[in-house]
Amino acid sequence: MPIELKMAWRNIWRNPRRTLLTISAIAFASMILVFMLSFQLGCYETMINTSVKISTGHLQVQAKGYLNDKKMRLVIKDPGQVARVLDTIQGIDAYTFRASGFALVSSDKRTYGVVVTGIDPIREASVSTIKSLVRKGTYLTEDDETTALIGEHLSNNLKVDVNDELIILGQGRDGSIAAAVLTIKGIFNSGIDEFDRNVIMMGLKGFQEIFSMGRTVHQTIITADSLGDVSMVQQEIQNNFSKTKEDEYLAIPDWMEIMPGLLQGIQIDLVSGIIMYIILIIVVAFSIFNTFLMAMFERTREFGIMIAIGTTPSRITKIVMFESGCMTIVGIILGIVIGSLATLYFQSKGIYIAGTEDILKQYGLPDRLYPRLSMISASAGPLVVLVITFVSSVFPALKIRKLKPVEAMNNI
Amino acid sequence: MYAILAWRNIWRNPRRTIVILLAVIIGVWSMIFLGSLMRGMETQMVRNSISTLTGSIQIHHRDYRNDPVVENSMDDIDNLDKALSTSLGQGGALWAKRIRVNAVASNARHSGGVILVGIEPEKEAKISFIGKAVTSGRYLKSEDKNKIIVGRAFLKKFNTKIGNKLILMSQDTKKEIASKAFRIVGIFSAESESVEKQFIFVPISQADGMLKMGDKISEVSIILPRLDITGKEETRIARKLKAAISNDTYHVETWQQLLPMINAYLEMSGFFLYIWYFVVFVAMGFGIVNTTLMAIFERMREFGLMKALGMKPFQVIKGVVTETFFLLVIGITVGNILGFLSVAAIARNGIDLSALAAGVEMWGIPRKLYPEIWAQDVAVAGLVVLVLGLLVSLYPAFKAARFTPTQAMRKY
Repeated sequence: MPIELKMAWRNIWRNPRRTLLTISAIAFASMILVFMLSFQLGCYETMINTSVKISTGHLQVQAKGYLNDKKMRLVIKDPGQVARVLDTIQGIDAYTFRASGFALVSSDKRTYGVVVTGIDPIREASVSTIKSLVRKGTYLTEDDETTALIGEHLSNNLKVDVNDELIILGQGRDGSIAAAVLTIKGIFNSGIDEFDRNVIMMGLKGFQEIFSMGRTVHQTIITADSLGDVSMVQQEIQNNFSKTKEDEYLAIPDWMEIMPGLLQGIQIDLVSGIIMYIILIIVVAFSIFNTFLMAMFERTREFGIMIAIGTTPSRITKIVMFESGCMTIVGIILGIVIGSLATLYFQSKGIYIAGTEDILKQYGLPDRLYPRLSMISASAGPLVVLVITFVSSVFPALKIRKLKPVEAMNNI
Repeated sequence: MYAILAWRNIWRNPRRTIVILLAVIIGVWSMIFLGSLMRGMETQMVRNSISTLTGSIQIHHRDYRNDPVVENSMDDIDNLDKALSTSLGQGGALWAKRIRVNAVASNARHSGGVILVGIEPEKEAKISFIGKAVTSGRYLKSEDKNKIIVGRAFLKKFNTKIGNKLILMSQDTKKEIASKAFRIVGIFSAESESVEKQFIFVPISQADGMLKMGDKISEVSIILPRLDITGKEETRIARKLKAAISNDTYHVETWQQLLPMINAYLEMSGFFLYIWYFVVFVAMGFGIVNTTLMAIFERMREFGLMKALGMKPFQVIKGVVTETFFLLVIGITVGNILGFLSVAAIARNGIDLSALAAGVEMWGIPRKLYPEIWAQDVAVAGLVVLVLGLLVSLYPAFKAARFTPTQAMRKY
């Protein structure tokens, strides 16, 4: 250990009270940053997963142009071929096919315009959460063709219940009239009003028949093993499609393209969070800067003596920088440890804030929020604190170079 | 006496005073600034929602809000008119009647669900966004026959243009499907795309004829001359209206009841803001304690002398706390002035968020953000810093009071 470091370490414990207060300030800031960032990132991940699980999937395969237009005629002509490609790719958790179209749906009393979606009951259950969202009645079985699942709000609006009949009237893929009578088998509640008010689900085979789809579908919904695998899987599918020239009419949008609002919403929230953190860090930096500066004033006499007995000013500067470095590092390590422990505690317990349930539901978040500790959330904030405290300790330390031994020694 | 002594003391060493002041100023400034951004956003959110057809107060049939269909409309128009003009006659409140039902819009290629709003064009222009929102074509006139205005996003989705036809279908009072062809005469743009896709406007007489309403209406929307973000004024007037209408089947509701999400959001964010104030204070508090403590130790000889001259420990504490009080008051004042200035600088042009339009829409925040300072936040920020600042300064003050004359005066 160099002599400067040893001196620095001893110096900071010459005044333990001041050192402890400075370290606490740094630790406090690091702790708050670790916790808040973990909290935000945890919420984002839950939001993405909920949206992905309720409807969109991580990735989709669809006809080019379908994403923006949702036109009936923009179909995947050969879903079998897409399935063969997907079966060969690593990192895909599950996939399913869907077809959907707009239709008027009427009960005895009411008529509404809704989106009718044809799903493959078996495969759908492994891709989305829809099966677990059925609150009344039961989920579809494989050969259900004339039964439907309906959102809770829609069932209230239509004043219907399980086993009631609905008449749907829409337009088929070829422009013909698509009409059918469906029996309600189950009622689902996803918590997202928009979804619960606008969607009816029925068996894919039945849908293809009613809407003259033949064997075609509109979307292939894919979930990857994890959020991190999405871009790799997307690339892999793209490579396969370009080999067979299928990429000329098929597109592979990921969740960010499918739900640009979700991504940008997260960006906004993250940016506003970062602004708050920067302000907090500035306040902390000033606290620390003050302490360093005052300590410098207090020790002018000491430095004067050191210079007088032959220590070079640059060496004193070095000692002082080591001092602040030691305090910062101890503070940051403490902050990371305490912050991580607090995060881990709430990661298993969850955080409940009374009165926020309804708001959270709309963003696909549960009543209890779970922070999520990661390398990034544990290190990003403290790293910024490290840089800022270093910068704020440079200015006082540089003052030492201007000291004149005689004047300094006379200073009390 | 204490005041004069304390005031002179803090300026005996201006460098030290300024260092402490800086910490307080930065902290207070950050509180005011952050608070103003948040409050600006909130007010803008409420204003946007109110002008997006909500109004300050609405009157509906009792069942309309749960089941918005033509059956649940209000027919006692004369009584309603009388109640409105007696209780709102003076004071500058404006109101308009509407018919509002779910409908299906379709043209040759597309169809989709919309909300059909029948409006009194002249009156409506004064109470909601639609009056200023028509960007091309023209606004409606009350004598218009079969004319309609639609949103920009709707136009794109339906791939149509001004002058084209649009068919609307909905259930009429006889429970039959009524349909009617309209010609698009104008396009409106709104704060969010979903509003542009969701609402289409026709003159109220046309909606009345199409749905065979027989002069019944769905809602009355009232706008008060001033927005009271606490909702007290709205509640008072709603109560007055309710008494004047004296009809139990009609519900009078304020925007707080009509927009429960926004209301819950306002409460939640106010709560978070104050928590954040506390966090910032703690960060700042470490600095205050540390620097004050160092200042006390620097002046140990002085306190010893005072004690030797007969000052009681309590008097020393009072002296130190008075000094901190002056420091805090100056810091808070300057911090506030800086906060006001920086907010005023931003408020002139606002912060433009339209680059993140989709994300802005997801959180329902305005595209342009104008910060706004609330007296309540200034008071809370000032009080938090003052009260907690005085509390933490007790620690150095007690330290100073405990110096004994001999111990203190032996130093140096």
